[in-house]
Amino acid sequence: MIDIYIMGRRYQVPEGLTIIQALEYAGYKLIRGVGCRAGFCGACATIYNNKNDPQLRYALACQTVVEPEMYLVQLPFFPAGKAFYDLGKIKPSGEVILNLYPDIVKCLGCNSCTKSCPQDLEVMECMSDALRGDIAAVSIKSFDCVMCGLCAARCPQGLVPYNIALLCRRLYGRYLSLPSKHLQDKIEEIAAGEFDSELEELKNMSEDKLRQRYKERTIEPP
Amino acid sequence: MYPTEMEKSIAKLEATRERRLKETFPRLSLDEIESLLERFHPDFWAEGTRQLGVGPNKGDRAPKELADLLEGKSYIDPDQIDLGKIDYDVDVLIIGGGGAGASAALLAQENGASTLLVTKLRLGDANTVGAQAGTQAADRPDDSPAIHYLDTMGGGGFHNIPELVEVLVKDAPLVIRWLESLGVNWDKEPDGSMHELPGGGTSRNRMHAARDYTGLEEMRVLRDEIRNRELNVLEFSPAVELLLDSNGRVAGAILLDLETNELSVVRAKAVILATGGSGRLHYQGFPTTNHYGATGDGLVLAYRVGAKLIFMDTMQYHPTGVAYPQQILGQLVTEKVRTLGAQLVNTEGEQFINPLETRDVVASGIIRECQERQKGVVTSNGQCGVWLDSPMIDIIRGRGTIARELPAMVRQFTRFDIDITRKPILVYPTLHYQNGGIRIDASGATGIPGLFAAGECEGGVHGRNRLIGNSTLDIFVFGRRAGKAAAQWGKGVKPGSLSLEHIHRWQEETARAGLSSRPASPRLLPDYTRHEQTLASLTT
Repeated sequence: MIDIYIMGRRYQVPEGLTIIQALEYAGYKLIRGVGCRAGFCGACATIYNNKNDPQLRYALACQTVVEPEMYLVQLPFFPAGKAFYDLGKIKPSGEVILNLYPDIVKCLGCNSCTKSCPQDLEVMECMSDALRGDIAAVSIKSFDCVMCGLCAARCPQGLVPYNIALLCRRLYGRYLSLPSKHLQDKIEEIAAGEFDSELEELKNMSEDKLRQRYKERTIEPP
Repeated sequence: MYPTEMEKSIAKLEATRERRLKETFPRLSLDEIESLLERFHPDFWAEGTRQLGVGPNKGDRAPKELADLLEGKSYIDPDQIDLGKIDYDVDVLIIGGGGAGASAALLAQENGASTLLVTKLRLGDANTVGAQAGTQAADRPDDSPAIHYLDTMGGGGFHNIPELVEVLVKDAPLVIRWLESLGVNWDKEPDGSMHELPGGGTSRNRMHAARDYTGLEEMRVLRDEIRNRELNVLEFSPAVELLLDSNGRVAGAILLDLETNELSVVRAKAVILATGGSGRLHYQGFPTTNHYGATGDGLVLAYRVGAKLIFMDTMQYHPTGVAYPQQILGQLVTEKVRTLGAQLVNTEGEQFINPLETRDVVASGIIRECQERQKGVVTSNGQCGVWLDSPMIDIIRGRGTIARELPAMVRQFTRFDIDITRKPILVYPTLHYQNGGIRIDASGATGIPGLFAAGECEGGVHGRNRLIGNSTLDIFVFGRRAGKAAAQWGKGVKPGSLSLEHIHRWQEETARAGLSSRPASPRLLPDYTRHEQTLASLTT
């Protein structure tokens, strides 16, 4: 058993648990601060340090194993600002980013956001890319963001990097990524009813015949 | 890193890799598949299910854990609720905040309805965010909705409801374009065409992915769109009962605020259930890939107002749940690892199943390898598993493929000091998906007037086994359809007076059936707070 401190109170928990498991072992029935339990939803953002090392560290509680003498607290919610926009009515430009998130110019370059990211993303770089209007770069670099909110919580200037990055990715997806011709073609073919008779035939087919058709289908190489 | 004992088995796997790179394990015939499933698939373990004693599916089998809740008693005393005091009054109430609920809310709003979306945790805390491999849509020139239809029917054991599969495959390319118009970033080739991979049971390469963060990408975009349109959302507010009106139509719900324990009354002209799956009920003791709130609440609510469930005796066990390390036991190792070329290998370094069979078949093959053939790898915790030979991917497709296509998986295992570009992954089946659910028609209507359902809580689309990439398709196809249909339905409805009479009737019916001692349901959240838990029994 090891000692950990949850919001300052000491608990003894077995070694090897994740922080989420340790909280539950200690008796907390979680409502906030828990979600997918697999590292994707960002609900369990956690801030911690150790008894003998005041340096703050950041983690997803479901993906991090408890250490002896860990002092931890979860970030159940953070009042991060979000710009409201109609994606269909804005343009993919640096000017739009600046209009929607004017505080971005206040970035001090302190790198607190990057240091706080439990996904190890280059958050500050994303912010300087966004400032320059390089939407593609932000999209690529921020892609693995789980929107846990730690970057916004740590930014001394009140920036909300994860929402700025989301704006950039949405602009990229809608406007900058080249359209897929074969997708468009297929949508038109479906609308024109090109597959209706074949689907109707399959729908009304006896199970035996359908099984036969299934067995005979060709499988495209990967 | 892996312990020495496991490294010995890895050495055998590495010794056969060069030979295996040239081998394709033959696919099974339909007869062989049926026999394998009957012998090894958990759906066929008789002790796992029992007959329901009450309700619209009385006499049908369901997993025991779910059956207890379906027969359960209400949290509320209907006589203590003042239905004259209406806290929220809207056209369409959406219960559930994952991909299906979000799509339904957006489409209901677009079709002129006032909406309220309520969800148990936060908006977006749902199985959608954990979906990794992608979304199916037949949009390439040599593919078609008809081929997608055939694949889906075969995957479901030919039990799927044809009308539902038809709209699933026909709407699919539209859904991909809709998501892109909202700003989803699909993986693409340099010319803009979709970068598409195969999946287990798909005869064409039609998985549309966003790295291995597909569901997260879809969900964070939809969530942002809901916020941009300033739609009403109540978080931490699950529904604990549906309301009917004096005409027997579904007319709202009772909500429970999880933080203050207050109840509130929503009146609505139509209700859409989008409550997702039930992996957190841990059927047959399996770990799960599901999010914390996946407790099958919508099934319980629907059942109490008389909605019929379908295929409740079949669950999907994802073949490749994490078997090591223990801290992330049962978490998802995306099927994309296999679609990119990784083989499944036993402790002797030999393949035993084609990795791109459907999930029910691959899961059964792994269970057979561990149980009957005793060729699994057993960890120090006693967990059996087989190897998923991930390093093959970079050999086949070039160095850097794993890092590019599977960043979530790389990150997941790096956190536990395992480098999946160099070492294989130990896997064992994990509870992943509720194949069945509330019976719907192609518009998402349940047959109970005013009640619609979308996403994992509905059933029939996938038959008895869902294919990869068809759930993140289902949630958008049927979420959109239900949103539109509910908004239109609501235009013709004048709600009568609200009633909880059906709860009285339910209590009488369960008492007559001798089931009064069943637990209160819906379950809402699992309870993992037991102090006596040992490390091996803790849940990820």
